[in-house]
Amino acid sequence: MKIAIASGKGGTGKTTLSVNLATALAHEGSVGLLDCDVEEPNCHLYLKPPFDATEPVGTLIPVIDEDACTGCGLCARACEFHALLALPGPPLLLPELCHACGVCAYVCPEEAITENERQIGVVGSGLVNGIYFRWGRLNIGEARSTPVIQAVKDLDTAPPLDTVIIDAPPGVACPAVETMRGADFAVLVTEPTPFGLHDLVPAVQTARQMSIPCGVVVNRADIGDDRVDEYCAAEDVPVLLRIPDDRRIAEACSRGEIFAANDPSFASMLQTFASDLRARIHQRVTL
Amino acid sequence: MKIAVTAAGPDLSSTVDQRFGRGRYLLIVDTPERTVQAVDNQAGMNAAQGAGIQAAQSVIDSGATVLITGHCGPKAFRALKAAGIDVYLTSGGRVDEVLTQFEEGKLELAPAADVDGHW
Repeated sequence: MKIAIASGKGGTGKTTLSVNLATALAHEGSVGLLDCDVEEPNCHLYLKPPFDATEPVGTLIPVIDEDACTGCGLCARACEFHALLALPGPPLLLPELCHACGVCAYVCPEEAITENERQIGVVGSGLVNGIYFRWGRLNIGEARSTPVIQAVKDLDTAPPLDTVIIDAPPGVACPAVETMRGADFAVLVTEPTPFGLHDLVPAVQTARQMSIPCGVVVNRADIGDDRVDEYCAAEDVPVLLRIPDDRRIAEACSRGEIFAANDPSFASMLQTFASDLRARIHQRVTL
Repeated sequence: MKIAVTAAGPDLSSTVDQRFGRGRYLLIVDTPERTVQAVDNQAGMNAAQGAGIQAAQSVIDSGATVLITGHCGPKAFRALKAAGIDVYLTSGGRVDEVLTQFEEGKLELAPAADVDGHW
């Protein structure tokens, strides 16, 4: 099963849940952990893998043959992302705005545009603590992270995995959508506060629009108010797990440790949570 | 000569809009007659990204050789420079007054972008 750990709001505990869940399941079978928050990856801070992310990830960028270009400007008019500017003469390319859609090459009547690969980030993978871990990093200054996210999600070189846990970037914009795409279930981590609820709502709407079943994990469940529960009840979104506001968990996090590695009862709670997820996915498939 | 000015309204009595890519109107003023063609920039104001590039494209397409605005970010500046358009910055005022300041040589030519993108 592929579980995306997402949330509208940042800092709710996606990575904490991801690394703890992966650790709790590492003894049960083959588990993979993908850190798709490629703009600010942090699972590696907890797993401490002995390998870095070094494999290049590229995207396509137009290359204009200035001798063949007549300066007609059709490419710039066709570009949805304003990555090309029509000038008298060859157009000006603003590579950081390019989405690699290729429409400029498609519309060029002179066939003066070809596409070349340009590196925008790196990925890396390997085994650490019995977990197959894969992560990536977008180069600083790059605007579009989705090609790196796709590369992190590429499991062609991975061993067979029973469970894949995908740590998503916060929000509900393209990077989060790209991460959640293809998941069997979206676990939405929130906190029981007005901010948590405010950002949970679009996350639920996004999962529903993508036809991905979703449920909520309430982190630091003893703080705040009841409005997240009221929302979940009204919207028929299951609350799958409540993680207590336990100082020991926070302390482990702040030291870069994985609480479930040293606390069997917490690990057991996460194993039960994973079984519940598996049952929900199975039920949906057989319905 | 044509001068492009970002403005809050569609005529010369409007104030200069401090924003370039997301300014309300782009006025293309033919000098010295000061005939005005107002370009509504609603699309640029609401664009998710690339508003400065889009506005630069409007300036380039208008045939203007000078732009007067409040602030100009790095991408828009790069685009305008590639097209050979001089950028002058003003701290504000009515469009007609700012045009007079320009004609009197009281505005300074911007050597580079004065703000970061998405300021």
